[in-house]
Amino acid sequence: MSNDLTRLSAADLAAHLVSGEVSSVEATQAHLDRIGDVDPAVHAFLHVSTEDALATARDVDSRRAAGEDLHPLAGVPIAVKDVVVTKGLPTTAGSKILKGWIPPYDATIVERLRSAGLPILGKTNMDEFAMGSSTEHSAYGNTHNPWDLDRIPGGSGGGSAAAVAAFEAPLAIGTDTGGSIRQPGAVTGTVGVKPTYGGVSRYGLIAMASSLDQAGPVTRTVLDSALLHELIGGHDPRDSTSIDEDLPLLVDAARQGMVGDLRGLRVGVVSELSGEGYQAGVSARFAESLDLLRSLGAEIIEVSCPHFRYALGAYYLIMPSEASSNLAKFDGMRFGLRVEPEDGPVTAERVMAATRGQGFGDEVKRRIILGTYALSAGYYDAYYGSAQKVRTLIQRDFDAAFAQADVLVSPTAPTTAFKFGEKLDDPLAMYLNDVATIPANLAGVPGMSLPNGLSDDGLPVGFQILAPAKADDRLYRVGAALEAALENTWGGPLLAKAPELEVAR
Amino acid sequence: MSAHATVDLVDYDEAVRRYDPVIGIEVHVELGTKTKMFCAAEVEFGGEPNTQVTPVSLGLPGALPVVNGKAVEYAIKIGLALNCQIAESCRFARKNYFYPDVPKNFQTSQYDEPIAFDGYLDVELEDGTIFRVDIERAHMEEDAGKNTHVGGSTGRIHGAEYSLVDYNRAGIPLVEIVTRPITGAGERAPEVARAYVQTLRDIFRALDVSEARMERGNVRADVNLSLRATPESPLGTRTETKNVNSFRSIERAVRYEVSRQAAVLDEGGTVIQETRHWHEDTSVTTAGRVKSDAEDYRYFPEPDLVPVAPSRDWVEQIRATLPELPVARRNRLQREWGYADAEMRDVVNAGALDLIEATVAAGTSPAAARKWWMGELARYAKTSETELAQIAVTPAQIAQLQGLVDSGRLNDKLARQVLEGVLAGEGDPEAVVVARGLEVVSDDGALLTAIDAALAAQPDIVEKVRSGNLGPIGAIIGAVMKATKGQADAGRVRELVIERIG
Repeated sequence: MSNDLTRLSAADLAAHLVSGEVSSVEATQAHLDRIGDVDPAVHAFLHVSTEDALATARDVDSRRAAGEDLHPLAGVPIAVKDVVVTKGLPTTAGSKILKGWIPPYDATIVERLRSAGLPILGKTNMDEFAMGSSTEHSAYGNTHNPWDLDRIPGGSGGGSAAAVAAFEAPLAIGTDTGGSIRQPGAVTGTVGVKPTYGGVSRYGLIAMASSLDQAGPVTRTVLDSALLHELIGGHDPRDSTSIDEDLPLLVDAARQGMVGDLRGLRVGVVSELSGEGYQAGVSARFAESLDLLRSLGAEIIEVSCPHFRYALGAYYLIMPSEASSNLAKFDGMRFGLRVEPEDGPVTAERVMAATRGQGFGDEVKRRIILGTYALSAGYYDAYYGSAQKVRTLIQRDFDAAFAQADVLVSPTAPTTAFKFGEKLDDPLAMYLNDVATIPANLAGVPGMSLPNGLSDDGLPVGFQILAPAKADDRLYRVGAALEAALENTWGGPLLAKAPELEVAR
Repeated sequence: MSAHATVDLVDYDEAVRRYDPVIGIEVHVELGTKTKMFCAAEVEFGGEPNTQVTPVSLGLPGALPVVNGKAVEYAIKIGLALNCQIAESCRFARKNYFYPDVPKNFQTSQYDEPIAFDGYLDVELEDGTIFRVDIERAHMEEDAGKNTHVGGSTGRIHGAEYSLVDYNRAGIPLVEIVTRPITGAGERAPEVARAYVQTLRDIFRALDVSEARMERGNVRADVNLSLRATPESPLGTRTETKNVNSFRSIERAVRYEVSRQAAVLDEGGTVIQETRHWHEDTSVTTAGRVKSDAEDYRYFPEPDLVPVAPSRDWVEQIRATLPELPVARRNRLQREWGYADAEMRDVVNAGALDLIEATVAAGTSPAAARKWWMGELARYAKTSETELAQIAVTPAQIAQLQGLVDSGRLNDKLARQVLEGVLAGEGDPEAVVVARGLEVVSDDGALLTAIDAALAAQPDIVEKVRSGNLGPIGAIIGAVMKATKGQADAGRVRELVIERIG
């Protein structure tokens, strides 16, 4: 029975809960059992909050029994990326420097999850401070791709994607600064959405790059993402960059898309996001998906975004600049790790230096150094200033492209999941994983990745859809239509093709 | 060794004869908002350490700032009072530096986009001179926490066993007001510095944006000072003396730095650009950290905040609520009253402005009001060694007194006698007139009786007048005035005397 419950989509599980066939305690316990079974091999979780999750589940069950009006996702368990602050649950952002820190407050999105009655299963693994594309930069060990345990699950949100792909959770929260929701989605065969910047509150997200970070849903179906997105999205007065408008109707858009009629829709293929550097199987699946879209009535056109080629360079100036400042607060003075120097006087400055020296990993230090340099007097204009100009040019490219097309599409990532260690010593190769996802963050537009097949190596490939700012509903309409068409050709969800994981006990 | 090595000083008067001091003042004022600059933590003086904090003001991971609208309003008020332009849109920036009292290890401040800029403040010196100080900018920022160093001998970090940090103050909204270099003050530079900060303090209170209590650190001043050979020379190297927190200290710190820098320059040395600390106890400044241009705060626009864009309507609404500030009021009253500059300066210095304003409001002419307060009453205050405002007469009483003069019921001499009665606590002028029977005798019959008696007593004078020599007529008038105890109208007496003789 428990295995069956973990295979359900969140929407289906929610329906079972509403009908009373299944209790939230049963559903939550089934996922906790699954975590117990497979997580020793997958290592998607840094912390499993069994008691907390079951307490929420019991509460929801009793409220439902009392006839209370509950949120549609009430009782459906969820996993939360460890970069999101959770009151009473350890939150490390994948870093040693936050080891043992128990936040005294909840992120806004966690408050929303709790008030809607979603049991929080635990906190998922990630690259330290969300810096990476493989989750290999976690201070707490690798997360393994459920499709091939020798391969990376993507990053930085490898834990959330792997947890969903391994049926340890039907839903998860991710965060996406340059692709950390979408690229893990692509390489694990799951769905991930980076909402419009400002569409989901950042209050309680441990910031990497404030102007780029955005939390979003990680799920197995497009509809599930829409359900979760509507729950966590919307205005939050505690985040000044939050958009003070109602979200578009995302669930409706997904249901509309499932009907499979895309007539009148103009789909722009970004010519700069294909070709050289993209694995043959990735390009082949992309072309097939375009054919499917065309068969649903969409018009496929080619659009050019000439400044996208500068996106990676601009990103690797803006992101580390902001990160170098955002990460300054980790100094051993108020919370988290505190390291005193081994010899010499114990001054504040020396404690800060020792704490940061031991607490941060290499990739974090690399980016802090890059950012500190880029913001330095005399270099600011050449680096940070120029990068901001590129950002404006990229936004203009998007504006021009969206004048021609309703949505833009590309492969999510240039390759399928690579093996552990393959790119660890080559930061530039690692950074190139995000070449197709970064432009959306720089422009603040929403993006979705959904699985669109297996490459020649038998590993999943992702299809990226981008929409104009505040038009996240288009992602759901197009994504749900393509998903339905793809599943029709496959005869079921892609994850059904994933190898069965060995059970640990 | 004493805490501070002895340094050479040049006598102040000597120093300002040979060097031209240039000052620059940065004033931080803590705004009296209910909550902090970027979060809902309450602001109250004297709370238990670390009780007025939130995840935001503690800089906890994940916390985000939200701008306090009241603080923006107060900053705009200050900007308008300082005759500044108010930015149509301005941003916050991060000033990055590591220090334990700065919870995020960056201060959220304004850098190249201050909310207010390009203003001036007219400052009144002790002798009533108005000195204009140009304001470069007024910007918003957040305060840091407070360090307490425990175990050292002096309460300073050096030699301390450990330090405690109280974050109650962290995040309290500040406005920092920066002057342009203040030139032309010459030997009065210390007085100008003091008067400037004092005027600011008065403005903060008048605007009700801060309690502005120096002793609580609500207002803190950093004083920059440099010397140059002549007013035509380029600016010299400046020092920045931090946290000079009383008016008296501001004046003394400027004097001290003038004397110290003059000594350095006299010896052919160069002034080091550095931060200096003011020591209240010994009245000296000592070198702090060297403030090289290499200090790099890596400013960049605060990405967690959107620009602050006060609408013009809002700015004008705020402007309309501004109370009239002291110097503006003074200028308006001078215009309305038609006083000469010197007269106005004397009035202000004598503390008679409010009194005269109230007297005029009660119906007295500005000239007459000034005559009373700056004449009879100023003399009385001086001889009784009291403040003008403290003497036992009200503007309403002066107005009543002048009214009696204007209506002819009192002449000047009688009016002075009535005033004596008022000052002696005998009541309002009307009451004194009645009680003392001091009214001008305006009954011609009574006057003629006295005149006839005087004429009869001095026939020789009557003769002289009759022959056309009006000179001695004063003796007759004097005799009549004496006979009527001064209560006669001297002009009327003169008319009647001439009529009688002629």
